[in-house]
Amino acid sequence: MTIAVTKSRVEDKLYQNRYLVDPGRPHIKVRPHERPSANLLALTHVCPAKCYELNDKGQVEITPDGCMECGTCRILCETSGEIEWDYPRGGFGVLFKFG
Amino acid sequence: MIEEKFDAIVIGAGMSGNAAAYTMASQGLNVLQLERGEYPGSKNVQGAIMYANMLEEIIPDFRDDAPLERHLVEQRLWVMDDTSHTGIHYRSDDFNEAKPNRYTIIRAQFDKWFSRKAREAGATVLCETTVTELVRDAKGRVVGVRTDRAGGAIFADVVVLAEGVSGLLGTRAGLREIPKPQTVALAVKEMHFLPEEVIEQRFGLKGDEGCVIEAVGTTSRGMAGLGFLYTNKESISLGIGCLVSDFAAMMESPYVLLDALKNHPSIRPLIAGAEVKEYAAHLIPEGGYKAIPQLFGDGWVVVGDAAQLNNAVHREGSNLAMTSGRIAAEAIVKVKNRNGPMTKRNLALYKAMLDKSFVVKDLRKYKDMPALLHTNSCNFFTTYPRLMSQAAQNFMRVDGTPKIEKEKATTAAFIKARSRWGLVSDAVRLAFAWR
Repeated sequence: MTIAVTKSRVEDKLYQNRYLVDPGRPHIKVRPHERPSANLLALTHVCPAKCYELNDKGQVEITPDGCMECGTCRILCETSGEIEWDYPRGGFGVLFKFG
Repeated sequence: MIEEKFDAIVIGAGMSGNAAAYTMASQGLNVLQLERGEYPGSKNVQGAIMYANMLEEIIPDFRDDAPLERHLVEQRLWVMDDTSHTGIHYRSDDFNEAKPNRYTIIRAQFDKWFSRKAREAGATVLCETTVTELVRDAKGRVVGVRTDRAGGAIFADVVVLAEGVSGLLGTRAGLREIPKPQTVALAVKEMHFLPEEVIEQRFGLKGDEGCVIEAVGTTSRGMAGLGFLYTNKESISLGIGCLVSDFAAMMESPYVLLDALKNHPSIRPLIAGAEVKEYAAHLIPEGGYKAIPQLFGDGWVVVGDAAQLNNAVHREGSNLAMTSGRIAAEAIVKVKNRNGPMTKRNLALYKAMLDKSFVVKDLRKYKDMPALLHTNSCNFFTTYPRLMSQAAQNFMRVDGTPKIEKEKATTAAFIKARSRWGLVSDAVRLAFAWR
């Protein structure tokens, strides 16, 4: 219940933002894994756009459509090789109106 | 795609990149600036307070046409617990001067203006272009960039990396390490829109006067963090940031912290009735002096957030960014004017000049502060705020308890929470880190 409420709140927040999604070209990918590390698991809470979620098998998945390109997940998980992080192609991704 | 060779390529159109591009272009260099956003500013996030002196050094008459929100006349520093705040407020009519010292700004608008200035000075600005890698020659010198546009590499004598805090290109090229979770903060922010006159009434402002609040306390749930509220002309920027390492260890969600801050009894009435129009997130360099990486090499310099130049104690970042961009540009112009190659040896001039500026001097002064505040952060961000709040309430509330007993209770609470040794140790460490 609590999780559902939180989730809808983040989505409400992201709904205010402007994005140009690059279909079929996610700029962040989670590498296949058996069990997520502590940092990767933490992203299910820490990602400010709640892009990371746990699936039924206990693995972390990403849907980067609402990503604000802050780089938090890159700081936490790129060095360990658990995620691949690139900038979206020019012009795509979040487009801040105010910033 | 682009055949000509440039004197300089600037990667990024934020504060440091715009300052560098403007400074080099206005000194006659052939400058190409690349920005991955739809327009300059569309990827940039800041609180935001802009300090006039550092922009005056670059564009003296910026007040004529820069999009400025409010000039600050009042700053409130708050220590909060769950129901209270204890504050130091400084407000002065002296800040109502002909050339005010600090302004709130909205980055998407400000950066567009700054970039237009760079263009007018002669720089070529190419948006919607993501730089994918640095091009190096056989000897490892940086000689240009590749982008996601069709066509090959674009070449230049020097590349100015103004790519922002995460610094993908520079870290991937091995020029510096990726920032560590304990040296960057994640901040989230919302833009709350209210009629101009409502903002003026709530904060006691007239005309373009502005007020800002910065708050530490239980709102960061024991993590090293800061909440902020900045008044713009018709909106309020409200946000909170904490260290990424703390967020990960505590498994906290930034939007939950932001919502708690919005609902704090000291904040809620200030934003009541506002319409939220944007939610943003951004990383802030917090490592200070000890986190500054190698700043120059053969064919490249790094500036701004990418160089981790941020003064967390004074919450200054964009002024360090634009100053480092300007100084890097001036160093490059000097090397160019004496027909020197853009070698590591020659570009060391940038660091020598930066070391003499307030940027490095300020960061050096607080070099021990990050370690102090980031270790056992709950003492500074929860324990002391609670104690301070209790002490204030104990002092204010009149309930027939003799004053001597009230004072004893307050002293006992401090000793119980931190022990005598802990209190002395915290005070000494703080004094040394501050000095």
